[in-house]
Amino acid sequence: MSTATLDVHEVPTGSRVNYLNAQYGVKSWLLTTDHKRIALLYLASITLMFFVGGFFAVLMRLHLIEPQGALVQPETYNKLFTMHGVIMVFFFLVPSIPATLGNFLVPMMIGARDLAFPRLNLLSWYIYIIGAIFTLYAVISGGVDTGWTFYTPYSSSFSHTSVIPTALGVFITGFSSILTGLNFVVTIHKMRAPGLTWFRLPLFIWAIYATSIIFILGTPVIAITLFLLGLERLLHIGIFDPAIGGDPILFQHLFWFYSHPAVYIMILPGMGVMSELITCFSRKRIFGYGFVAFSSLAIAFISFLVWGHHMFVTGQSIYAGLIFSVLSFMVAIPSAVKVFNWTATLYKGSISYDAPMLYALGFIGLFTMGGLTGLFLASLATDVHLNGTYFIVAHFHYIMVGGAVMAYLGGIHFWWPKIAGRLYPDGWARFAALVIFVGFNLTFFPQFMLGYLGMPRRYAVYPAEFQVLNVMSSAGASILGIGYLIPLIYLTWSMRYGPAAGPNPWGAKGLEWQTPSPPPTENFEEIPVVTEEAYDYAHTTVTRG
Amino acid sequence: MADLAVHNTHPPGFAHQFEDMEQQREAGSLGMWVFLLTELMFFGGLFASYIIYRALYLPSFEIGSHLLEVKFGALNTAVLIGSSLTMALAIRSAQVGRRGAQVGFLTATMILGAAFLFFKFTFEWHHDYIEHLVPGFGFVIRPEWGAAGAHVPLFFCFYFFMTGLHALHMIIGLGILTVLTLMAHRGRFNPHYYSPLEVSGLYWHFVDIVWIFLFPLLYLIGGRYIGGGH
Amino acid sequence: MIGLAKFGSTFLSSVVQAPQLRPEAASSIAEGVDHLYFVLTFITLFFTIAIFSTIFFFMVKYRRRAENEVPPDIEQNLPLELAWTIIPTLICAGLFLWASSLYFENSRPPSASTEIFVIGKQWMWHIQHPEGVREINELHVPEGVPVKLTMTSEDVIHDFYIPAFRVKKDVIPGRYSSLWFQATKVGTYHLFCAQYCGADHAEMLGWVYVMSPADYETWLSSGTPSQTMEKTGEQIFNKLGCASCHQPDGTGRGPSLVGIYGKEEELKSGEKRLVDEAFIRQAIINPNSVTLRNYPPIMPTFRGQINEEQVLQLIAYVKSLASEERNSNGK
Repeated sequence: MSTATLDVHEVPTGSRVNYLNAQYGVKSWLLTTDHKRIALLYLASITLMFFVGGFFAVLMRLHLIEPQGALVQPETYNKLFTMHGVIMVFFFLVPSIPATLGNFLVPMMIGARDLAFPRLNLLSWYIYIIGAIFTLYAVISGGVDTGWTFYTPYSSSFSHTSVIPTALGVFITGFSSILTGLNFVVTIHKMRAPGLTWFRLPLFIWAIYATSIIFILGTPVIAITLFLLGLERLLHIGIFDPAIGGDPILFQHLFWFYSHPAVYIMILPGMGVMSELITCFSRKRIFGYGFVAFSSLAIAFISFLVWGHHMFVTGQSIYAGLIFSVLSFMVAIPSAVKVFNWTATLYKGSISYDAPMLYALGFIGLFTMGGLTGLFLASLATDVHLNGTYFIVAHFHYIMVGGAVMAYLGGIHFWWPKIAGRLYPDGWARFAALVIFVGFNLTFFPQFMLGYLGMPRRYAVYPAEFQVLNVMSSAGASILGIGYLIPLIYLTWSMRYGPAAGPNPWGAKGLEWQTPSPPPTENFEEIPVVTEEAYDYAHTTVTRG
Repeated sequence: MADLAVHNTHPPGFAHQFEDMEQQREAGSLGMWVFLLTELMFFGGLFASYIIYRALYLPSFEIGSHLLEVKFGALNTAVLIGSSLTMALAIRSAQVGRRGAQVGFLTATMILGAAFLFFKFTFEWHHDYIEHLVPGFGFVIRPEWGAAGAHVPLFFCFYFFMTGLHALHMIIGLGILTVLTLMAHRGRFNPHYYSPLEVSGLYWHFVDIVWIFLFPLLYLIGGRYIGGGH
Repeated sequence: MIGLAKFGSTFLSSVVQAPQLRPEAASSIAEGVDHLYFVLTFITLFFTIAIFSTIFFFMVKYRRRAENEVPPDIEQNLPLELAWTIIPTLICAGLFLWASSLYFENSRPPSASTEIFVIGKQWMWHIQHPEGVREINELHVPEGVPVKLTMTSEDVIHDFYIPAFRVKKDVIPGRYSSLWFQATKVGTYHLFCAQYCGADHAEMLGWVYVMSPADYETWLSSGTPSQTMEKTGEQIFNKLGCASCHQPDGTGRGPSLVGIYGKEEELKSGEKRLVDEAFIRQAIINPNSVTLRNYPPIMPTFRGQINEEQVLQLIAYVKSLASEERNSNGK
């Protein structure tokens, strides 16, 4: 087995033109069709939305240190948790990895110059922004208090808050997802470099592909659902309001038909990032490539069949409950397979402890715990006790924050040198990862216990016996909040003051690392020809540079 | 460099993110199919809700359906199918390089599409508005409907939403056709490059197919006597 | 295998007996649900710790020692892949079967249950005992007797949740939902609304008082004398003019309601429906959707004219007509 070192593709010396400095000026950014610039436009927008949603979370946790509420009136609290949910789900988590890392990396990883439809890509961003403006308008004009789930008939016939602007904002932004998914599917099918067969693709691409399928098939349904909700609110026709003959449970079926696959939109790309991080930082190819690739597709497929597990206590027939329960158990299996394969990849590897790897390891542990607590909820008998309580809140935050956000941060830290052409201070990065990990667990682990004890969710006030656990959770939240601010500071700092990054600071495999950092606008001078399998570290090494 | 020479021979309309026209054509085609799949899910959610309420309130939906004019629905169906034919013929004309025929058939498609919208808006929607059958705009529940009258507005809500969404897609289609007709007039399409026509044709056919489902679902509940009007 | 699980769960439950970790268990199903919960907790902690420690171990053992070291290429291992696919599948299958059978048991009320009626509305619980006693935000029940709650909402979706009993059910406007429990310990327990329902969702609290059967009887008959639900229902039946069409001998324009509860009837559409609480409610609120065969669809709707409590009282009255017939036949 030869271990010839592969020199990184030579870049003509003195050529420092890259996608960031190729053109200057606001117009060159707002009218760009370069997928890399669009990725940065998204990065800025979703970071803003993350901190808006996070601010609401901080207010909520501050409020909950007192059983009778420490900060706001119940009506305001109800708006806070609603807007936190709407913003975090639709305007941060759903676009996060696909619209930033996906947009930046998909063409580069497959050896293409751009996505299939660059102008459509820019349109997707504008649609996202318009949707965000509607929702932020709703926030400013008094907020909305229906819960991010908009259950009827409260949302259609009782709430006096800005339901329609919010629903409209989410409706509009949905089209951003649909177009992004469409772009990715066509690009991955049709624009792979010569030699890059499906089974040589990076697993990040498989994950994005599976996510895009969910974007395409699921998002239109939430669009129609929200439209019907708006119609009901305006016209009081009797679509969802039982007082005039409508069916409120129909709303829940339509809503969850999208919103359950949506949670897989939020985690699958993170799993794709995991595969990239684990392989690079253990310098080994992934264990069980085929299994990991197909598990992404399996998750996407089964995710459409389990929505009823959100409705076990609505009076669903026992038999419907059984079917949704067994399918919900089934969807856990491919995720477990991934976790085992990632762990096995570390075996006899050459492991380094860079910041992205720390995020990856945090992800695996927290995702395992979050996923396994899903089994409590797939189990009919325990779900009855736990549904509608803080157990659910803890479960989904373990996956969405302990999982998806950690993966997102890990990915940002991994590809930052490529995106910005700069290195960030490693010490601070590792410190922040640790602070986030500790703060996260302190925030959300007590919530499992609160839920089991019976504290319902969406409670602005609560019985005094739950105070200790609530205070622990709020303490954790303050640590977590600080943890998130630290990367914001040093990554921004690095854009100007960080040392210049070479083409491949991590010594990673992958076509994106064969370009300069930052890459030129057209990505590759010549489209590469691929001759090796993915993550082929054993046969050809890449030195850090 | 080799790239430069190849670049100069790329036909107009070539987009540089692609390697060659073949890849561009395939990508465009796949893109439209995927888009139509999303449209299917979009209309699908609506159809599913409609079917559920039709099952729950069949008497009300029958009353509503009988208030629609089948003759206009049938006329519009024929008009739309005709427009799909002219669209296909426009693509055929491009394939055999006949520029005049392209423009002619595209124009015919637009005329038929506009006729569809004209018939719908003037004879059906306007008529319904005058008859107080538009929910939210002075809907009047008629006593002769009896107890089932309470849910007739729900039928019309779905009727206007479904045909309205369809009409919106038609209007967008007309916009696309206008652009295509101008492009055809300028000779942009030839036997080697007509993928915008093909891809738009797919969209137009999809809109036609949606109508073919809408028509029986909305207009033909409870059956009709041939030659007897309602 | 089950024994091992039970041992594990008993061990865990003895460890977490401290009150702040485990809610009180005061119903016949609570122990069963808790056993399953502890096994799930054990599995979660086991795998989380196993994965974390394996990762930690590999991280340390295989840490990068030289910048250009190249690890060996590890062969893919199909048996291992299959093993860690099949074993979790089997574990999930076992959990599914256990949870589902518990759920089946917990969903079917025993036939001799005491019935109590619940109406949720923003933001309080109205409880109605058949004997006529009404409560607000409080539910008194006898210990050791199965109790079935039939519930509906006046406005939005609420959820009736008694953590100590491990029971919960959504309370939905326009339809009836039910849950059952058998309390096993005298005491006072929380009652929560567990489905967000607007401004005072968090204040829609109550208390469940479990009393010995003797105390319960005393409590029922104490206080201001109240009329049974059946009697109130009969008054409504006459006041709203139902009696004019629904004559007991069937000579009116509508069917006789004597003995109709619990029967299967054929509708005009040909569909066969069981006449239960939901059917009777539908007949009152949306009569033309359930017109019986051989009868004209002329019954007016009473939507908006009576509230959910009155509907329940009418239903109690109609149910009592069955037993009246039996009484008169038995004489």
